[in-house]
Amino acid sequence: MSMKATVRQVDSVTVVDVSGRITLGEACKQLRDVIRGELAKGHKNLLLNLADVTYIDSSGIGELVSAYTAVSNQGGQLKLLNLTKKVHDLLQITKLYTVFDVHNDEAGAIGSFKTA
Amino acid sequence: MPYCSFVAGVICLRGMKPEASVVELTLDSKLKNVEVAEEAARRVSAKAGFDEETEFHVEMAVHEAVINAIYHGNKEDPRKKVYIKFLVTEEVIEIHVRDEGKGFDPSALPDPLAKENLLNISGRGIFLVRKFMDEFRVASFPGGGTEVIMIKHLTSRIPSKQGGTGREHEGDSTSG
Repeated sequence: MSMKATVRQVDSVTVVDVSGRITLGEACKQLRDVIRGELAKGHKNLLLNLADVTYIDSSGIGELVSAYTAVSNQGGQLKLLNLTKKVHDLLQITKLYTVFDVHNDEAGAIGSFKTA
Repeated sequence: MPYCSFVAGVICLRGMKPEASVVELTLDSKLKNVEVAEEAARRVSAKAGFDEETEFHVEMAVHEAVINAIYHGNKEDPRKKVYIKFLVTEEVIEIHVRDEGKGFDPSALPDPLAKENLLNISGRGIFLVRKFMDEFRVASFPGGGTEVIMIKHLTSRIPSKQGGTGREHEGDSTSG
């Protein structure tokens, strides 16, 4: 299953619903293009919904880090929503869980941008 | 032209007791072939009787090792192959992933958990292999080519799948 990313706007937050596999190659490039595209539009509050991500590899994790850095460098915020157990465990193992602001419910995640 | 060849069998290797089940794959250096290796890892792990989480760890280790072989080792050169071998005994699952590249020194890889490396985009693949497998080593060959050897001990097997190996008393039962 290849990766799919759809973008929707909720208040001032751009939610990117990601599904499938985030792995080296086309999927990572696709995710990078989506993030860069939103930044180019001036959308700096990004919430990545990873609920339907079935698989992520080391390159996919690297792509999340790249996205985080790109958004932060533009003065924005990138947060993660609805991690699966596998993604959660991988972020724990790689010590990235504390780097990302991770949420389990969308309303709370959206609200956290307003108060940040 | 097929992009993957597949061989399976049961052999008795010198120094390995008892007889080992063997599955061998030869893949072209295309990233899409990683999924073939993953599927093989999943099937071999399931047959060995690992629990779901360990199955995923083995699958992920194979994914990362094969990505490494195709992308970094063979540099996606269509003339070069990746050779994968799964050996399963009652004690271990041993996986060999060999490429035709120049090789690498795993001890020279930066620690991805170090503060200064935490936000690096790359450098976590071999770290994850080491994390998910019990043993890991790299061998280089004089004529070129590198082999990653990964071992997982069969201590995470589901008791009901152990097939009378005499290990029933060792693990925690997952059926209750």
